[in-house]
Amino acid sequence: MSKPALLSVRNLSVRFPLKGRDEHGKRKTLLAVDNVSFDIPEGKTLGIVGESGSGKTTAALAVARLVEKEAGQIILDGHDFGALTGDELRIARQNVQIIFQDPYSSLNPRLRAEDIVREPLRHAGQTSRQEQDKIIDELFHAVGLRPEQKRLFPHQFSGGQRQRIGIARALAPRPSIVICDEPVSALDVAVQAQILNLLKSLQKQFNLTYLFISHDLGVIQHMCDEIAVMYMGQVVERANRNSFFKQQKHPYSNALLSAVPSIELHAEHIRRQDISGAPPDLTVPQTGCRFAGRCPLAQKACHLSVPVLLPENASHQAACHLLTD
Amino acid sequence: MSDTILDVKNLRVEFNTRGGIVPVLDNLSFSLDRGERIGFVGESGCGKSMTALALMGLLPSIGRVASGQILFKGQDIVNASTKRMQDIRGNEISMIFQEPMTSLNPVFTIGSQIAEVLHRHRNMDKSEALKTAVDLLDAVKIPDARNRIASYPHQMSGGQRQRVMIAIALACEPEILIADEPTTALDVTVQAEIFDLLRDIGVQTNTAMILITHDMGAVRQMAQRMLVMYAGRKVEEGTVDQIIKSPRHPYTKGLISCVPHIRKGADRLPNTLPEIDGIVPDITSFGKDQCLFAPRCERLTQQCLDRKPDHQMIGKAEQQSVSCWHPYGRQT
Repeated sequence: MSKPALLSVRNLSVRFPLKGRDEHGKRKTLLAVDNVSFDIPEGKTLGIVGESGSGKTTAALAVARLVEKEAGQIILDGHDFGALTGDELRIARQNVQIIFQDPYSSLNPRLRAEDIVREPLRHAGQTSRQEQDKIIDELFHAVGLRPEQKRLFPHQFSGGQRQRIGIARALAPRPSIVICDEPVSALDVAVQAQILNLLKSLQKQFNLTYLFISHDLGVIQHMCDEIAVMYMGQVVERANRNSFFKQQKHPYSNALLSAVPSIELHAEHIRRQDISGAPPDLTVPQTGCRFAGRCPLAQKACHLSVPVLLPENASHQAACHLLTD
Repeated sequence: MSDTILDVKNLRVEFNTRGGIVPVLDNLSFSLDRGERIGFVGESGCGKSMTALALMGLLPSIGRVASGQILFKGQDIVNASTKRMQDIRGNEISMIFQEPMTSLNPVFTIGSQIAEVLHRHRNMDKSEALKTAVDLLDAVKIPDARNRIASYPHQMSGGQRQRVMIAIALACEPEILIADEPTTALDVTVQAEIFDLLRDIGVQTNTAMILITHDMGAVRQMAQRMLVMYAGRKVEEGTVDQIIKSPRHPYTKGLISCVPHIRKGADRLPNTLPEIDGIVPDITSFGKDQCLFAPRCERLTQQCLDRKPDHQMIGKAEQQSVSCWHPYGRQT
């Protein structure tokens, strides 16, 4: 480890209350994020990939303190961000900003573009109006919007332009870490490339650290230095990009990669893993590997105990019983 | 084995907008053989879905077919009566829509929604239709089909709902199946299963398919031929192999290269993706006598702005055709 991590998440868990009670009369809960840990060094990008419902967005929202965590630590730049409350939290939030998935619903339709970008600054209350105007001008330029577009409303922009406004808003309070939650999946293919390139150049320009969430492994490979694969609330594999795309270790990662339609190969030439079984019910405690029910390689041991990420402290880890034998 | 089932000739669909009459489909021609799978590719607003709706006779009220023919089994269905179209829809030509979450009726069981089609087109009584519905759910690989026909849409996952949509579309063994972005709302692993299913069905029943998508990988997996649409016009057509190997239209080329495709084991990756600048033009500029891609194009010359390029065959084997003044770059 060369640099200390800018963001360090340890044993993060999030539990949601559900309607209804179990046979003991206790309220049912769903463990959406289960004991997740990761580090992101300054200026780097960690990608979290997984299917819908795997807990990737919930984990990120918990990191941003937008969802209450049940347990775990969130250390941001040496400070315990996870423990802050009240005004301290409000000020510290400036350091953690989010770019949302849907640029159509994540902008207030009744605010002009410049006021959307101004809002996080206004909320933190540490800048004068003139300073805000200057920051807004800089950011409009940085994200590729023209100055005269500042006075327009969201509906007057295209999807890609709206996402640019969303990016400018996220960058306004000068965050050190930006959570990109599927920032391009709602956009047209050609516009996706524009936004991905923009995010990369902004990262360099402002020395940003990204927590990048996507279900698209192609995008993940393009954008991320480190990759964490989540399945049913847990990280099942963690590696740097080259190591991961050279050889995935976890059977789920394998299945995920083999499911992506490739332009290089005909379907007949692809050997895909069949993972058609049903995922487990997370409202009850799990005794075994959560993927065991769908895993083509599952053995008896997989149903008996929960695998952990191994080898310890290695740069490429996977949580699978079959790898430790 | 050229057994043409659908032949679209010079189809022009116009929308009556506040800004005047604009062609959302401009001189579109293509044909489809029995059992063939063709992919329609392009960004939103390029006319892919409008083509599907025109074939189904479901154009929105501001739209109409202004000229051209849609020959289904040799018979023009552009001016077919409402009754004739109702007999065709869901029976001989059926369609799977994009959103499995919203295209099923939430207040009816899935069994009754499948049975409805069979009742309408096959004159089956209720018990017979429900029995067939069970077989159909089996065919689309929904486990425990016998009990699931009593389920409501909200009790099923997105992938299962899309399977139900496929079952409904296949109920009457259509000759053409149109799939409009059938997997956009689904996870990749589920998408792969749905593609396998569609392909197997296509092969088993010799159903012709039109797959509408913006995903080149999906086209590669699913279709033999593809057609690239831009601003209501066909800009490139040919076999999937040929087009992906050597796209001749700059738009096709851009669509293929602007997506970060997974490279297995690659140590070095390009830092930036090739971009197509700008966005699809506003609908009011559709139909102009110029290349509509010109403002976004790296091969732009005066010629592109002066006249609309004709759609012409290129290469020897007639595997590819393109609408571009400079299919081999700007020099030629």
